[in-house]
Amino acid sequence: MTYAAPGAPPAAWVDPPAVRDNPVAALRRLASRIVTLCWVELRKIRHDRTELYTRAIQPALWLLIYGEVFTRLHAIPMPKGISYLAYLSPGILAQSALFIAIFYGIQIIWERDAGVLTKLMVTPTPRSALITGKAFAAGVRSLVQGVVVLIIAALLGVALTTNPLKLIGAMVILVLGSAFFACLSMSIAGIALARDRLMGIGQAITMPLFFSSSALYPTRYMPGWLQAISKANPLTYEVEALRGLLIGWPTTLWLDTVVLAGATVASITCAALLLPRLANR
Amino acid sequence: MTAGAAELAPEGTTTYAVRCLDLSYRFGTHTAVDHVDLDIAPGEMFGLLGPNGAGKTTTIRMLTTLLKPMTGTVRVFGIDAAARPMQVRRVIGYVPQMLSADANLTGLENVELFARLFDVPRKTRASRVAGALGAMGLTEAAGRLAGTYSGGMIRRLELAQALVNAPRLLVLDEPTVGLDPIARGDVWEYIAKLRADHQMTVLMTTHYMDEADAYCDRVSLMHRGTIRATGRPADLRAGLFDGATLDDVFRHYTGDTLDKGQEEGGIRDVRRARRTARRLG
Repeated sequence: MTYAAPGAPPAAWVDPPAVRDNPVAALRRLASRIVTLCWVELRKIRHDRTELYTRAIQPALWLLIYGEVFTRLHAIPMPKGISYLAYLSPGILAQSALFIAIFYGIQIIWERDAGVLTKLMVTPTPRSALITGKAFAAGVRSLVQGVVVLIIAALLGVALTTNPLKLIGAMVILVLGSAFFACLSMSIAGIALARDRLMGIGQAITMPLFFSSSALYPTRYMPGWLQAISKANPLTYEVEALRGLLIGWPTTLWLDTVVLAGATVASITCAALLLPRLANR
Repeated sequence: MTAGAAELAPEGTTTYAVRCLDLSYRFGTHTAVDHVDLDIAPGEMFGLLGPNGAGKTTTIRMLTTLLKPMTGTVRVFGIDAAARPMQVRRVIGYVPQMLSADANLTGLENVELFARLFDVPRKTRASRVAGALGAMGLTEAAGRLAGTYSGGMIRRLELAQALVNAPRLLVLDEPTVGLDPIARGDVWEYIAKLRADHQMTVLMTTHYMDEADAYCDRVSLMHRGTIRATGRPADLRAGLFDGATLDDVFRHYTGDTLDKGQEEGGIRDVRRARRTARRLG
């Protein structure tokens, strides 16, 4: 008995390929799923750009109003040659990515409710690959949004780097940061299980994450207890790395990258472990 | 030879497409599936019937590798679903009860997504996707966003998604719930055609007894986690009295009417069915 693909010759309908359980095949499958889920994200952005424009409003306001006013106030001392607006821009870029990524927990609950998640989990895609794919999809969406934020910053006179390697580095950091926060959000979704609950938790953690990072001000001006929190906040490392790459701010880039990459791997693991709890609810 | 190929019995040589032995699953103190035995022959259209809360979806979830059985085993074409979930997923096409097509992607993109997730090679991917869409009568609508499709078209799109992997077993969880009678007939016509064209094994759950009677080779009546009767619909009816319906058979074996049984479904079952019906509009 042979199977024929609908509308195709019978020879096209063959036994499904067997899966080799070796590390190379697993890595190839992981890469394939990341590419696929990023492709889906790009297709969605292409079909509906409304979110791209509406999400640009908030960072534009931060840069245009908050940034401009605080630049004139000189409330936060800056080294010679760097304006507060330039200092702020990478922080707002990271904030913009954070707000996008935090939405992924709500999205995965919606996918659970709509049956999409169940169907994805019945494909030959390991849980960790599914979560990693979604995490990188969040990174892709943040990159597209990040371009808008950087254009606004450049229009406001911020001198950003034109070094292609540094720009690529900034893209990598932005993707890593978004992946971490998307997985954090999906992990919380695996605990909260309901959209309403997650929205409340999301709102409760987003602004504290932002204000306890170095997005708005250098950590040395924070009280001691807040400095300790800031050091444990991955957003600080993301902002510092972006700042170092985009405006040449002194930072320990390797440390920022290692912390961010480690936090991302940990959050992917956590979200993947909690995924069955969410899916089978 | 790979592990997957070694375990996958050649077509025509397996006695059972699906074999469940002593299958049980509990949610806390509630036993959802209670020592169920179930055999489905290759090429058979098999119906798992029962009201909400009977244990149909939990059984399907164990069969599709979403849940690990607490006791017993599930084998799909000879492959142990708990031990080799990836291999089982490669031979299954699954359509969940809830609407799972992504409204923000076109019909073509929805099917291509699953072609990618099932590792359909790039060379044959476009023809496979076009073939699956063509088989479901969606070629002309392929470029439109799925959000603009009618309820019946979305169900057919989901069938196309499930088909793109050339599955040997098609699992349909309440495939016509929420559809109007014309769309229900339309969907069944396509399922019957698929089965006739490709000798595919079909396992479906439903609480529409008339549909099971008309389209299934054999059915199992499930109630409160156990299977009360299995057989050909005509035999089950004839064994009761002249002119008996499947509803009468169900009442005979369970002591309950299907309508009363429906009320026993948890709030999640009811909410899920209502959500699907609402989205199908």
